[in-house]
Amino acid sequence: MNQHGRFGPTRPITLKILRYKPGFIDPPRYDTFQVQADPLMTVLDALEEIKATADSTLLYRHSCHHASCGTCGMKVNGREQLACVARLVDEGTDEVVVEPLGSAPLVADLVVDMTPFALHMAPSGMALVRDSEFMPEAERPAGVERYTRYEDCIECNICLSACPVANTNPGFIGPAGLAAAYRALVTGERPAAEVFAYVDHDDGVWRCHSAMECSAVCPSDVQPGHKIMALRRELVAYKVKRFFKRG
Amino acid sequence: MAVPIQQKSTGARALQAWFNPLKRSAGFLAFVLMRVTGIGLVIYLLLHMVVIGNLLRGPEGWDALVATMKSPAVLVLDVILIAGILIHMLNGIRVTIIGLGFGTSSHKGIFWTLMAVAALLLAYSGWLVFTK
Ligand code: HEM
Ligand code: SF4
Repeated sequence: MNQHGRFGPTRPITLKILRYKPGFIDPPRYDTFQVQADPLMTVLDALEEIKATADSTLLYRHSCHHASCGTCGMKVNGREQLACVARLVDEGTDEVVVEPLGSAPLVADLVVDMTPFALHMAPSGMALVRDSEFMPEAERPAGVERYTRYEDCIECNICLSACPVANTNPGFIGPAGLAAAYRALVTGERPAAEVFAYVDHDDGVWRCHSAMECSAVCPSDVQPGHKIMALRRELVAYKVKRFFKRG
Repeated sequence: MAVPIQQKSTGARALQAWFNPLKRSAGFLAFVLMRVTGIGLVIYLLLHMVVIGNLLRGPEGWDALVATMKSPAVLVLDVILIAGILIHMLNGIRVTIIGLGFGTSSHKGIFWTLMAVAALLLAYSGWLVFTK
């Protein structure tokens, strides 16, 4: 039955949530819960409502609620999104399937282990801080229309989940780490030789098969797929130059 | 029963991660097509060598085989083979350009353009296969 909620008319939506608790809910199963969704209700809102009113054992990760911490990445109707900004009604389905990210070890329910992601990311040497946009130093120099900020990466692990290669190759550095490496290269944060040593191997920049799905799902517009390709271009140019210097 | 991808066997994981373009965008579809056609072409190549092996059986065996090859059912298979070659070859051009860091921002446009070329060439080849 449709009712009126705080932000407009509501409609009943069933959430079909993957449940898994080693030793308890094992093998995994789907549980369904119904919520009255107003036009602004997000998947995270719904999970919090379910946890508060229906099943306090439901596990999921979240922090900031506004797409800047990168904690609540999950699959919503089969596509990776941040639960905090994925609106239920935007899915356009009466049932919304919520599942954990792929590519990362499953811990319980919607929680995955972020350790492998962090380990792949760390050697990029990218500073994991985001500077304020309001400092005078951040003013755009004349002639620069727009910055593409590689700091945009919120380390949500969404790109790895959407990557067909990372799902079967746990050793693959993955889109986020390679994008970070490209940033370290172009900003001069790290010497080229060091960056290339990190990415120039089978599980690095060459493992990518250009499905570009990472760029399609990245919630922070990092365009990691594009960065991987740009990194390859730089690496090829570097190798060609080195070859001729040697000769 | 729900089986998260992490708990699937290697084969089932590959099936889901490599061959399911549902909910994905154009680049992923290109990846799936590349893999399917690549594997298909390898299988074709092996079959082709087995079939060519019939030459060893002398003219009679070969003539009978050629007659089978001209049946409409096999001609349909020929058209599927041509489709696979066209998709794989043209997509290979996309992978090479994009993979060297050029035209990345228009990768979807490049894909659809090349697939349109594949469709045109396929239509022409299909016509040739069935009329000439
Ligand atoms: C006609 C000219 C061809 C071109 C331009 C071409 C190009 C390519 C390229 C660029 C890739 C790499 C794709 C990627 O990185 O994801 C590739 C993969 C592959 N090719 Fe070809 N290829 C051609 C013919 C063939 C033939 C005749 C066969 C089989 C006998 C074949 C079998 C494969 C296979 C199995 C893969 C791996 C697919 C994958 O990893 O998804 N290719 N091809
Ligand atoms: S590159 Fe994008 S999708 Fe990948 S971890 Fe960073 S913010 Fe998330």
